[in-house]
Amino acid sequence: MILVVLIGVLFVGGVIAWISERINPDYPRLIALVAVLLDLLLMVILLSGSAGSEAQWLASIDAQWMPRFGISFYLAADGLSGLLLLLTAFLGVIAVGSAWDEIKDRPGFFYFNLLWTLAGVLGVFTALDLFLFFFFWEVMLIPMYFIIAIWGHENKNYAAMKFFLFTQVSGMLMLISILVLAYFHYIQFGTFSFNYHDLLAVSTGGELEMWVMLGFFIAFTTKLPSIPFHSWLPDAHSQAPTAGSVILAGVLLKTGAYGLIRFAVPLFPEASLAFAPVAMTLAAISILYCAKVAFAQSDIKRLIAYTSVSHMGFVTLGIYAWNEQALQGAVMTMLAHGLSAAALFMLAGSLQHRIHTRNMQDMGGFWPKVPHMATVALFFSIAALGMPGLGNFIGEFLALLGAFQSNITLTVISAFGLIFASVYSLWVIQKIFHGEFASTNFDDSQLTDLSRREMVYFGAMMLGLVWMGMYPQTFLDMSAAALGGLLAGSQELVTSVVQN
Amino acid sequence: MNMTFNDLLPLMPILLVTATAVLAMVVIGIRRSYAMTASITITGLLLAAVMAAILMPGTNRQVTPLLIIDQYSLFFTVIICAAAMFIAIFSFPYLSNLDDDKEEYFLLLGIATIGAVVMVSSTHFISTVLGLETLSMSLYGMVAYPLHSKNSATHPLEASVKYLVLSAAASGFMLFGMALVYAQTGTLAFSSLLSAGAGISEGYSIAALLLISAGIAFKLSLAPFHMWTPDVYEGSPLPATTYLATIGKAAMFVVLLRFVEISGALNFTSVVVVFSLIAVLSILAGNLLALLQNNLKRILAYSSIAHMGYLLIAVIASFFAEGTISIEAVTFYLLAYVIMSLGAFGVASVVSTSKSEFDDIADYQGLFWRAPWLAAIFTCMLLSLAGIPLTVGFIAKFYVFMAGVESGLWVLLAALVIGSGIGLYYYLRIVYCMLTPATDKTPLPFSGVESLSSHSVLAILFVLLLVLGVYPAPVMAIIETISAFI
Repeated sequence: MILVVLIGVLFVGGVIAWISERINPDYPRLIALVAVLLDLLLMVILLSGSAGSEAQWLASIDAQWMPRFGISFYLAADGLSGLLLLLTAFLGVIAVGSAWDEIKDRPGFFYFNLLWTLAGVLGVFTALDLFLFFFFWEVMLIPMYFIIAIWGHENKNYAAMKFFLFTQVSGMLMLISILVLAYFHYIQFGTFSFNYHDLLAVSTGGELEMWVMLGFFIAFTTKLPSIPFHSWLPDAHSQAPTAGSVILAGVLLKTGAYGLIRFAVPLFPEASLAFAPVAMTLAAISILYCAKVAFAQSDIKRLIAYTSVSHMGFVTLGIYAWNEQALQGAVMTMLAHGLSAAALFMLAGSLQHRIHTRNMQDMGGFWPKVPHMATVALFFSIAALGMPGLGNFIGEFLALLGAFQSNITLTVISAFGLIFASVYSLWVIQKIFHGEFASTNFDDSQLTDLSRREMVYFGAMMLGLVWMGMYPQTFLDMSAAALGGLLAGSQELVTSVVQN
Repeated sequence: MNMTFNDLLPLMPILLVTATAVLAMVVIGIRRSYAMTASITITGLLLAAVMAAILMPGTNRQVTPLLIIDQYSLFFTVIICAAAMFIAIFSFPYLSNLDDDKEEYFLLLGIATIGAVVMVSSTHFISTVLGLETLSMSLYGMVAYPLHSKNSATHPLEASVKYLVLSAAASGFMLFGMALVYAQTGTLAFSSLLSAGAGISEGYSIAALLLISAGIAFKLSLAPFHMWTPDVYEGSPLPATTYLATIGKAAMFVVLLRFVEISGALNFTSVVVVFSLIAVLSILAGNLLALLQNNLKRILAYSSIAHMGYLLIAVIASFFAEGTISIEAVTFYLLAYVIMSLGAFGVASVVSTSKSEFDDIADYQGLFWRAPWLAAIFTCMLLSLAGIPLTVGFIAKFYVFMAGVESGLWVLLAALVIGSGIGLYYYLRIVYCMLTPATDKTPLPFSGVESLSSHSVLAILFVLLLVLGVYPAPVMAIIETISAFI
């Protein structure tokens, strides 16, 4: 029941925020903040209440929805979902904070969309009925489209359209795959079912399994994104308003990775095993190629977007290695990247807000003018490049460690990504904050240091990254049971295939 | 067969619609009153819809060889009468300042509805043709209605003549096909062609089927028989376009479904191939050509071509899939299509009048900020047409996907995915246009905006769109029951 409340709070909060704009344009942001804080609080209660318990599912609800097709309203959260829920609510608070002063235009509708996107994401992380999963998967797109299309920057229509088309079309392939699975269940058991546990029992087998798996894979790697389906991301990110980028980079990308871990691999263990080398190769290409492309960008948001693709490569790599360390690494990378990428986008956003450009060619020598911002930027750049002691290092290290056991060549190649990451991260800092102050290229009258409010939420995110880096066990423990369950389900089969 | 009193009861919806038309005619003859004629029509259609809904559980009766009144036909009778009533409500403010006699429009609307109801209740060529021609003849009149108006916003004469000539040609094809069927089976009732062709070669059956299909495909504006659609949609006054796009299509599709199922047309491989080609062609042509348009009515015209293509996939699937899943898919999709088309055209009608129509996309610029309520409805209708969740269009598309997957029609499904992807682009283009800041800040000056009844209809459609999109289980159950009657 608590899961329904979690999602319901955001849906209802969104509607109230929209309506409240008529009373006072300041109300929507307050209501949005209350809604996300309430969610965060409920999640902490949910997770702390179940800490130490051995049960795989922390909370669940299962009700009939469309009996004609065996579709039920089935939500459940385990440790893996729990961590991602927490990330979503946390970044939800941050996103509301980052939009606080930036969104002056029609705030009611903006916060409505923001909350509905978050609600869709929470649904994706908890739905265990595949129809419901697909439902939420699509529900989170529309409000995101509106956020980019209405509050975006100069080329927003193109970016919003591209975002929507990529995710929608790939989503439809997944829908076909889901239906094929449900139909297989019908053939083998005599009833339609979209229930995750029922579908795990379906043996697809044969050539078709690969095609069905690809439907899922394409949908998830488009969202992740991975080469070759990544080209929507730089456009969407560079055009989205800051809060949109925070949600997009911090949470929406993670739904793709979550889908791979929860659905794509466990539902099709054999096909995934056969496909793993290809997936890992794509991951390695993503890591290196996008790091290289990032280096060539002059638009700071595009640069961060490409680094996101690069970092997500480690997640794919970890998932397709499919052992405990690699999966733990993938999950840690998702969490840490959620924070660091969101923070970097916010920094880019606050720079753009102050000097009205994202072009790094025009920037330089900002350190003396904005020492706090520069320090914060340095911290998150260093986190992103994988400095030991911060969350990203733990994630990427574990992912590589796990991947090493499964494919040495690709792991070695991928590890070069860490070096590239150092290069572009430090280059950005060098370009923007060091050197001669480039005051001629823009109006610097607005260039002020971070406000106290901004310092608070950057501080919270720093704390999170340090916690993940210094004592990752908190997070590893939470996801261990869930990942263990997923591994156990497919391990048997995988080992038998390997032996044959 | 003698008619008994028991036969009259199932005929009540048809009789009510007929009585409405007659009453409207008599009232016009006595005293011209626009409001009175309109309210008679609206009330009559409402009564007919309610009557059909009351009769629906437990009625299954062949009334004379011509008409079958079963749950399936009554289900569509409800949809058609309700849709006709909604269109009548939209028409009232639209036509209210036409500089010509306006009353007969509602008469035509009532008569067209008789034709549509007869079509969905027919399993006999005679009643099909009678219904179809009653519908089409009235539609020619509705399309051409503002003909004598000096400042009409549209080109009713062009649209009407185009529709008349091409439609007559299509009827000719269909009649020739029916004659060929009669030559083999000796009956004008829909019947299986499989056993009939024993004496003659299979070629006759195929020729007959293809001729009939071509005629039907024309009426459904399936490619390559779609050329008339955008011009006629664009040239007609908006309420007539709405009628053509919703009731005209739905009634014809029910006939197609019944004919295909009873005649066993899909047992002929060549017919399956032709249907598949028509489906793929319609999906691609409809969606691709819609990309090039700037006129809202033309976009919706091309999108309807694509939607008919999606529906045809479900028809083809009915041959391969076991059970009634594909018939349910067709039924649900038609229901969804009627709701979302009514909504989309309804919003356009509400902001238009016979003197100036909002038919260019640019007219809708900034609607989100000028009339948020209308824009929200329009956005939802367009997203539904695109098949996005939370709306009925998604469930409908889900049905078609389901039918396609069960039948293993992978090529057609691929076309469906590609088509839907392209479709998103032009639907979102309209949505985006509504989102951009308005250049024209003045409130919308049109009579329809103040019309409370039109807004209530839009509200009903909006609620239906969302409720059926979020909790379709009750309607799914009804459709599952009635689909057994096909």
